[in-house]
Amino acid sequence: MQSLLNQLPIGISIGAVLLLIALGLTFTFGQMGVINMAHGEFIMAGAYTAYMLQDWAGDEAVLVALPVAFAVAGALGWLLERLAIRHFYGRPLDTLLLTWGVSLVLQQAARDLFGAPNVQVAAPPWLTGRVTLLGGALPYPRLFIMALAVACVAGIWVYLNRSRQGRRMRAVMQNRELAAVSGVATARVDQLTFFVGSGLAGVAGVALTLIGPVGPSLGTYYIVDAFLVVVAGGLGRLRGAVIAALALGMLNSFAEFWTDASLAKVIVFAVIIAFLQVRPQGLFVLRTRRLT
Amino acid sequence: MSDALLQIRGLKVVFDGFTALDGVDLTVGHGELRFLIGPNGAGKTTLIDVVTGLTRPAAGSVSFAGTELTGRREHRIVRLGIGRTFQTSVVFEELTVLENLDLAAGFRRPLPTLLLRRRGVPDAVAAALDTIGLGALADRPAGVLSHGQRQWLEIGMLIAQRPRLLLLDEPVAGMGRGERERTGELLTEIAREHTVVVVEHDMEFLRRYASQVTVLHEGRVLVEGDVATVQADPRVQEVYLGRGREEAA
Amino acid sequence: MSPRLRGYALFAAVGLLVLVVAPLTLPAFRLDELAKYLCLAIAALGIGLAWGQGGMLTLGQGVFFGLGGYAMAMYLKLHDAGGDLPDFMTWSGVERLPALWKPFANPAVAVAAVVAVPVAAAVVLGALVFRQRVRGAYFAILTQALAAAFVILLVGRQGLTGGTNGLTNFYDFFGQDPEAESTQRTMYFVTATVLGALYLAARQLVRSRFGRLLVAVRDGEDRVRFLGYNPATVKTVTFAVSAGMAGIAGALFVPVVGIISPSLLGVVPSLELVVAVAVGGRYALAGAVLGAVVMNYAKTSFSEQWAGGWLYLEGALFILVMTLAPKGAVGLYEQARDALARRRPAPAPVPDRPKTEEVPA
Repeated sequence: MQSLLNQLPIGISIGAVLLLIALGLTFTFGQMGVINMAHGEFIMAGAYTAYMLQDWAGDEAVLVALPVAFAVAGALGWLLERLAIRHFYGRPLDTLLLTWGVSLVLQQAARDLFGAPNVQVAAPPWLTGRVTLLGGALPYPRLFIMALAVACVAGIWVYLNRSRQGRRMRAVMQNRELAAVSGVATARVDQLTFFVGSGLAGVAGVALTLIGPVGPSLGTYYIVDAFLVVVAGGLGRLRGAVIAALALGMLNSFAEFWTDASLAKVIVFAVIIAFLQVRPQGLFVLRTRRLT
Repeated sequence: MSDALLQIRGLKVVFDGFTALDGVDLTVGHGELRFLIGPNGAGKTTLIDVVTGLTRPAAGSVSFAGTELTGRREHRIVRLGIGRTFQTSVVFEELTVLENLDLAAGFRRPLPTLLLRRRGVPDAVAAALDTIGLGALADRPAGVLSHGQRQWLEIGMLIAQRPRLLLLDEPVAGMGRGERERTGELLTEIAREHTVVVVEHDMEFLRRYASQVTVLHEGRVLVEGDVATVQADPRVQEVYLGRGREEAA
Repeated sequence: MSPRLRGYALFAAVGLLVLVVAPLTLPAFRLDELAKYLCLAIAALGIGLAWGQGGMLTLGQGVFFGLGGYAMAMYLKLHDAGGDLPDFMTWSGVERLPALWKPFANPAVAVAAVVAVPVAAAVVLGALVFRQRVRGAYFAILTQALAAAFVILLVGRQGLTGGTNGLTNFYDFFGQDPEAESTQRTMYFVTATVLGALYLAARQLVRSRFGRLLVAVRDGEDRVRFLGYNPATVKTVTFAVSAGMAGIAGALFVPVVGIISPSLLGVVPSLELVVAVAVGGRYALAGAVLGAVVMNYAKTSFSEQWAGGWLYLEGALFILVMTLAPKGAVGLYEQARDALARRRPAPAPVPDRPKTEEVPA
């Protein structure tokens, strides 16, 4: 029971990280039909940003890195959209392969810049320690990650539902042509979505430095699960992404707890396939009458 | 009503709170040519969608030659003998005209024989090709066809399927005058041997080729009868023909 | 020459090159490498079928490759052990032969499993996802997740699978020493012949009515339903065929290379196969084969020079191909041919590339 309770914050915080990663994916997929495999490398870029900032910001590197990593990863995403992806709209499978090429290059670049071995980022001193809740241990770093995810989701929600720019984004997501003829500058909306989505991946990368080492292939460990969140949550749905990310994080950590790490992924995969039998389009879908 | 081929009773369709069809009854007899008209949003296409399995109704029944259709998958319904076209024609551009028709004619073949290459032209395909008059383009990819030719190819694919009931969704939309005329002749020819339901907007086309007409309005059947009766009905003129005349002009 | 005759002539020329010229001119270790590329080309052929013809981007072919490879390797390990436990099991402290291994002591069962297990896995997965109309990018993501899960499972079950090291050190391949030059030479001919036969079979499939149906499903799955076919069946069959090919490829890979291990089957190797198909030309089966051979040759020779450089090159090459030549090398060849033909008075050009994907609904 004790260790079962310890599993809970692990599951939730993994879910929180997955959510931060999946938010960018679900919006770029939902809005532009882009499957960005290089998204994982934006996580990595965020994590290395924190690593680099240690020299300058010392103990508080993680905190300083949050906005910086958002900007760095966001800029990378924006660049990718401008240089390559925008030529591929409407060809999701091709974007998947294109961005995988980009991801290879970025990983190798990280290897050449920072070396292949993993590096560590020291957590701020005020994040060491834990609280005990209902007999289970809740480490501060995990708590911090959860709070970070809540803050980001709240920010995105306000952005989508309360800001004019967010309304434009939803319009483009639901019907690009109609939004375009209604005077929405869709290209600009696309760029912004890409910037914000990639930036969130950078934030996720910073969060990951709190629970593990940083290496050139950091992103590859999370990208597949993050895509599963998108599949299970439904395209471009904030609510779906939140629920699916938490469920997947918990499922992962409890499956590991009950069986072992090697079976956990297989169980997760089987659960997703089973889930798709009931909800083939994910948790939440926009229903339309269109054929194909 | 033993001679009814298609019998729809109390059909209701709801899309996320919007009622698209609300208690529609419709009976189409063997060999009939029925036109389905109504203003935009009347539920014409939805009705066809339900019959062909694309949309699930909230309530009601659709029976085809005594077989209940609701809840069946699309390809099963086709196998029972119902074929349809779409407003925007979808033909397979990579395949030749002949291959398109052959594909349509071939669904009754057992899977193992599909593994063989096509040798020669099956009778049903040849007949369909002849009917739609695209013989000269038989070996050209369907991607090169004009809009009108695509619509005819679709109708040809429908004939090649040898269905007992054909559902055509706005077959002359976007066509020029000549093409419309040709389509009308095609329709008359097909209707001689098949039961056909046509959804149509074009009033001129309706007047020339229709006999029995059902008018839908806001998800309900407004009037049913021959062209003259329907045209004379004041309710129809109010909801539809008044505007329709200008549109068709 | 008619196009059909030209096709046969080309096939015969390539056959001559592979079966006669290469064995006579290449040193033994190069021939061995070529055999490895031909194995991968078999898997690539399956991808060409599923993706190029059927529009199913499968990013998990490594799984089926692995299932075939492990089935073969399990038999070889049991045969070598001669009634005892395979060596790696003793090292990891396994005391009794796991039940999963027992059937593989029989060579007939093992060889049948090479095809049957991947096909069965693909049928189950295909039936479940295609029936629910899960497709396009969703399908790609799922197959990728499957590859990731499969590798983690293999690595984690040390005692059952040999873990990270995989299964290796085979001493007897159906009465032959697998390391001997004569065996390697024989395996080369076997692999080349299997590839040729599977290529012809796949070509027959593509040109059959089923092949036309498959293209129709790729370009308009929903429309095909209204022609009375169940697209899920068409896709499942094709996916299973491609999985069977990957299984055969994996099984041949084991004696040719002498190892099967998780690092050969994961997300990255699976994607690399897809890359090879894209570079060669996804819409032509020959493109898939060509791409696999050329890309893997390039990888080997480039990595010998500059290890890290290959990733840059592969990434860059891929970006370039996707941007400038989405139809790959075969597409470029066809463009050049059409351009040449247009200079002479010639028949009108074939309309250009097909719509490959449905936008997710």
